Amino acid sequence: MPAVLYIVLLVGVPFALSIAYSFSDVTIGDQSIDFVGLETYERVVDNPVFQTSLVNNFRFTLFSQVLVTTLSIILALALAQDFPGKWFFRFLILLPWVTPIALGTVGWLYMLDTIYSPFDYVLRELGFLANVEGKGGFVRGLTDSLQSLGLVESDTALKLNCQVRGEREVCFFNMQWLGQDQTALGSVIAVHVWRMLPLSTVIVLAGLTSIPKDIRDAVAVDGVGHLRAFFEVTLPLIAPITGIATLFGLIYTFTDVTVIAVLTKGNPANETQVLPYWAYLKGIQGTNLAEGAAIALFMFPFLLVIAVLVLRFISRREVT
Amino acid sequence: MSVVETKALVKRFGDVVAVNSIDLRIEEGEFLVLLGPSGSGKTSLLRMVAGLEKPSDGQILIGGKDVTFMPPRARNLSMVFQSYALYPHMNVFRNISFPLKAEGLPYEERKKKVEWAASIFGIEHLLHRKPRQLSGGQRQRVALARAVVREPGVFLLDEPLSNLDAQLRATARDEIKQFQRRIGTTTIYVTHDQVEAMGMGDRIAVMHLGNMHQLGTPQELYREPADTFVATFLGSPPMNLVKKDSCIIGFHPEHFLPEDVLHPETATFSFAFEVTRVEYLGADRFLYGMVQGAEGPTRIISKVPSLVTLNFEAGRKYTFVVQESDLKYFDHASGKRIPPLPFTTVEPTAQAVVS
Ligand SMILES: Nc1ncnc2c1ncn2[C@@H]1O[C@H](COP(=O)(O)OP(=O)(O)OP(=O)(O)O)[C@@H](O)[C@H]1O
Ligand SMILES: [Mg+2]
Repeated sequence: MPAVLYIVLLVGVPFALSIAYSFSDVTIGDQSIDFVGLETYERVVDNPVFQTSLVNNFRFTLFSQVLVTTLSIILALALAQDFPGKWFFRFLILLPWVTPIALGTVGWLYMLDTIYSPFDYVLRELGFLANVEGKGGFVRGLTDSLQSLGLVESDTALKLNCQVRGEREVCFFNMQWLGQDQTALGSVIAVHVWRMLPLSTVIVLAGLTSIPKDIRDAVAVDGVGHLRAFFEVTLPLIAPITGIATLFGLIYTFTDVTVIAVLTKGNPANETQVLPYWAYLKGIQGTNLAEGAAIALFMFPFLLVIAVLVLRFISRREVT
Repeated sequence: MSVVETKALVKRFGDVVAVNSIDLRIEEGEFLVLLGPSGSGKTSLLRMVAGLEKPSDGQILIGGKDVTFMPPRARNLSMVFQSYALYPHMNVFRNISFPLKAEGLPYEERKKKVEWAASIFGIEHLLHRKPRQLSGGQRQRVALARAVVREPGVFLLDEPLSNLDAQLRATARDEIKQFQRRIGTTTIYVTHDQVEAMGMGDRIAVMHLGNMHQLGTPQELYREPADTFVATFLGSPPMNLVKKDSCIIGFHPEHFLPEDVLHPETATFSFAFEVTRVEYLGADRFLYGMVQGAEGPTRIISKVPSLVTLNFEAGRKYTFVVQESDLKYFDHASGKRIPPLPFTTVEPTAQAVVS
């Protein structure tokens, strides 16, 4: 009973309320709920930002999760081996998970800084990024050729950044990781992967270590190669737990705003905008609760599908 | 089919010496049983032969080739695990054919071989089931089929019957022995059950705390145990041991009989046997009781065949005898077998009689 009460109060009530909001014209200033039908939804869908956010939401979620799942399997396989200092590496892997996420992400804000990014520095030192004399630079050259092929919009090339130092003005080219369409979403995804990887790795590692020793020995004696052993024995045996971890990761990432809120706030020009953050911008910052609720509710069908998949997955494993 | 040899093979786990300098030679087509109580190092020895465990010292040769540092798959052997270690996500067919995939056989040939292996163990009708849909006995057969399908040079079996109930175990024992005879593959079989060992082994290696105490045929082990450990580990009930002044004497329960039964044509050795309990077991009677040893009363057992119709009652003393030729002598301190001692030196406590 307490569980039912808990669910009703903490999940049911807000959910019902947000549905009510989305069919009304409620704002933070005027909290009376007046029914306006589908008008709010129409307004949301007609907004071009909606489509960008929706597409980004899927891109962000799917790319992140594919990377997280793949990398966590590779990482877990490596960490499952016996090697000296194993506990230390396991600890290192877990580190991003135990750091407060906002703090860690602020760190990334510096790493990806428009001017001072250490990545840029390294690229520049390695000669990949053009310096002021305009000498070559691999990235510059690559971007130029992509532009000439029409694959990259012309105004997204590397930005020149000039500073006055003493009497001289010094100019650098910078990647502007968070400032360009292409790199912004990529950066956001990379940081999110960095953040989600530890938990996923630990779960997969748990799956790996739960494979009975006799099974691993049988594989060794049966004499199949490493690849076949991995794809025909290891992978199927960790598939259930990895699958669950992946589905939960999808749900989590689809509604998560932390990395985007700290790194880009949806910029540049909504290129990294996603539904949950846009809902927050509209509903709370923009005080239009009705629109915020409507936007958030667009995520519901996707989440429902994943949740159903999770449940089916679990029950099927029990039966077969 | 290959000869398997171990030379001064040692396995240490930290301070524990699991296997202590074992020299073994298992002949082509032989069925060798590694017998010993729990923790005696049987599994460790077997796993080293399989290549699943690195020896701390010593050598392993299979078919004359030094395989000490080769991975399991280079050794052309197959293993049946105590847990069977079937792949839970594959059906029986795929389980059995898995080792064949390693050899890159085309599907048609794999299918033929799987069917052949399945037919040996009578599991053709189970090929499409998953392991969890099988009984313990069926799983064990699948594990055996998976082991034979590749026609390996050596079979390694680690207590494959210990998860079966007593009745199944008896039939499975028979089956394994028969198919091994038929295909004649060199086999090493680990068990802690001496009945299993006696029934199946061409030869038995008795192990205890990492040491090999004796290697011989079941008969040799039973008749001429090398030391007190082997003597008490084999037979049910095991050999009786009684301390005498300078040695320990041993004799099997079935050789310890009422004096009226043995026709004293040969030298015998007699005891005052105080019976404390009588057990009827169909064909035999077990008499539990005490005799006087050098360090006080010693519990021993007599196995009296049903042909003997004499009546025995608990609480009474009888004169029991052992033929001198059935007596074994062991060293007091080391427990090692020693040559028979002249009677007089054994005499004082029991009345030794030469008739
Ligand atoms: N991986 C290991 N690490 C540490 N000690 C081990 C390991 N494997 C075995 N041992 C030790 O080595 C000794 C021999 O073990 P082993 O498993 O070979 O015995 P066993 O004869 O097979 O016993 P059982 O009949 O119980 O299976 C035991 O004392 C055991 O504790
Ligand atoms: Mg064992």
